[in-house]
Amino acid sequence: MRPAPRKTRTRVGPLASSGVQAPRLDIDALLDDPGTGIIVCCGSGGVGKTTTSAALALRAAERGRKVVVLTIDPARRLAQSMGIEELDNTPRPVAKVRKAGGGSLDAMMLDMKRTFDEVVASGASPEKAAQILQNPFYIALSSSFAGTQEYMAMEKLGQIHRQAEEDGSYDLIVVDTPPSRSALDFLDAPERLSSFLDGRFIRLLLAPARGPARLMTAGLSVITGALSKVLGAQFLRDMQTFVAALDTLFGGFRARAEKTFALLQADGTAFLVVAAPEPDALREAAYFVERLGEDRMPLAGLIVNRAGPTPTGALSADEAMAAGARLRGRDPDSLTAGLLRLHADQSRLVEREALLRRRFAAAHPEVATAVVPALSTDVHDLAGLRRIGDLLAGG
Amino acid sequence: MPDPTTPDWPRVTLHIVTGKGGTGKSTVAAALALALASHGKNVLLCEVEGRQGIARMFDVDPLPYEERRIATGLTHPDGPGGTPGKVYALHIEPEAALLEYLSMYYRLGRAGRALDRFGVTEFATTIAPGVRDVLLSGKIYEAARRTGKKNTGRQYDAIVLDAPPTGRISQFLNVNNELAGLAKMGPIKNQADNIMTLFRSRQTVVHLVTVLEEMPVQETADGIAQLREHRLPVGGVVVNRVRPQDLDRGELTAARKGTIDTDEVAADLRSAGVEADDALVTALLTEGREHAERRALEDAQRKLVAGLDVATYELPRLPTGVDLGALYELAADLKTQGMA
Repeated sequence: MRPAPRKTRTRVGPLASSGVQAPRLDIDALLDDPGTGIIVCCGSGGVGKTTTSAALALRAAERGRKVVVLTIDPARRLAQSMGIEELDNTPRPVAKVRKAGGGSLDAMMLDMKRTFDEVVASGASPEKAAQILQNPFYIALSSSFAGTQEYMAMEKLGQIHRQAEEDGSYDLIVVDTPPSRSALDFLDAPERLSSFLDGRFIRLLLAPARGPARLMTAGLSVITGALSKVLGAQFLRDMQTFVAALDTLFGGFRARAEKTFALLQADGTAFLVVAAPEPDALREAAYFVERLGEDRMPLAGLIVNRAGPTPTGALSADEAMAAGARLRGRDPDSLTAGLLRLHADQSRLVEREALLRRRFAAAHPEVATAVVPALSTDVHDLAGLRRIGDLLAGG
Repeated sequence: MPDPTTPDWPRVTLHIVTGKGGTGKSTVAAALALALASHGKNVLLCEVEGRQGIARMFDVDPLPYEERRIATGLTHPDGPGGTPGKVYALHIEPEAALLEYLSMYYRLGRAGRALDRFGVTEFATTIAPGVRDVLLSGKIYEAARRTGKKNTGRQYDAIVLDAPPTGRISQFLNVNNELAGLAKMGPIKNQADNIMTLFRSRQTVVHLVTVLEEMPVQETADGIAQLREHRLPVGGVVVNRVRPQDLDRGELTAARKGTIDTDEVAADLRSAGVEADDALVTALLTEGREHAERRALEDAQRKLVAGLDVATYELPRLPTGVDLGALYELAADLKTQGMA
């Protein structure tokens, strides 16, 4: 006998009924607010920060803002479509942006080594700069100093901001952050780097080069002894030469890093935390949200990328699995059974993602959130970026 | 299907697992460790990114800088019998590795602590270019060398490293090469040379984890090219989060073209006890079409992966996430496909 058709119903339970819902992040209000001068997109690697930054910048430009977007490592085809596949550290206008609203969009891809070289060139006398730029240590190390990427992203942000203040070239800067181990690195690294540059270790390395050993205490000789034992005397000497050569730049480094940090705390800045609906990415996002609060950095909201599309049929995963199994029992090749399994799989995925988002919202109820459904294709042109922009704005 | 009794990497004792951020490389590293630890083999799973991901995946307390037993290896139903081995975990912290290194090679007691006071440890572990990577890879080297004759510490049959992501992997593995270039002689030069010799030997392979999407696949291809350029041994590509394969080729085509017979689906649903209104049938067919579109894109990426000319392994997307039980399922999948 055929089982009587049952009424399908949506699932209700403690999870479905818990009322924590994050407030919706109003992207267009943020982009249209003339008070928004800087938008920083941060989050862990692989969550779509670069695409999100580009999409936000394009949307803002087409809504009338004069925008520049600073990206770190865009996918090749996206970079090509924006005309920034060449690394020259200068913002270039993006062609084919709709200018009806009076806005414009420039884009640039950050070249770490070049930015570092520029800092050296602008901070030291020509001879000294040449000496530093040719030092083998500098060549090997300048682009791989931990925190250099973060530091240089901030450095470039500061430069562009100063320029924009002077000549009014831009009224909105969108910044993509480097793919760090942790999203927190973006905030920590510059401070770490500059406090190190002012620290005792540097003074220690500089001491012999500065002649009279006024720091030569008993402790110090133990240290230099230990260092040359570990590193070898030659290695240590090379390193001291390198550090001595860079010495003149250090004061400038620190002052500028502090200025940029203050800029990030100012009212015109908005941080957007980008995540994927995965436990690790949301955990990173939560750390970051808490950290921004501690540092009094203005958080605008959370963007959850690549959410699974919600199934529309009112049939729960369990019911779909059960019905699929019944069909498969009669016909192992049943197409309908396959469709039911897919439906169950998709429902479970979406349910889990929604649960993760609700947990985030429960812990951080004040964080406005925008959810962007996964697209079936990668984004590599302006049309794709526009589509992401629409989805970000809830369209 | 390859014979599970003859794995693809019989001579390899150091498996380095990398992948683009967000592709699940830590999950794959953990599953590989479980798979390698079947049949009495003991495996060390190392993490170097300071995330405590291993502790979370295996549901244990946060790991100290110390080798801890965390799980029993996979018992494979299709393989020959035998007791599974054990999986140990090591969370490598650069600071602890530095102090250990100093005391081991240089017997620096008081001076080691003085270094800390002067900010040298901070310099070495968080700021100095590559020093962090040198320390992390130095510890891996130390653990890997125990498999030889020297009897210090626990010996492992294999080591699995949950390594930095694809974008940084060549830099990470090659750092000792650069160091050897800067330090032209002395203890550092020797140590750096030894580590490079291990990484380039037949004992080591670097596996890359990807998902079937454009950017991760592109990055995998770039990563393989870079590894080869640095003469580092490329292992397999693990394709993670593969969508369910419930529909066959003909059904996928029909789903894409919208030629599935709706009346038939409705009748099937009713016969299985589901009240099949038009909305539900339409929803199922729409989901089917979207799925078919994504499968077509996956197939295009799969072709690119096949063109990379390395061994490939596939793991399914698990809709409810990866818990400890799921890790064993994934381990069994890797074992069946011959990765371990």
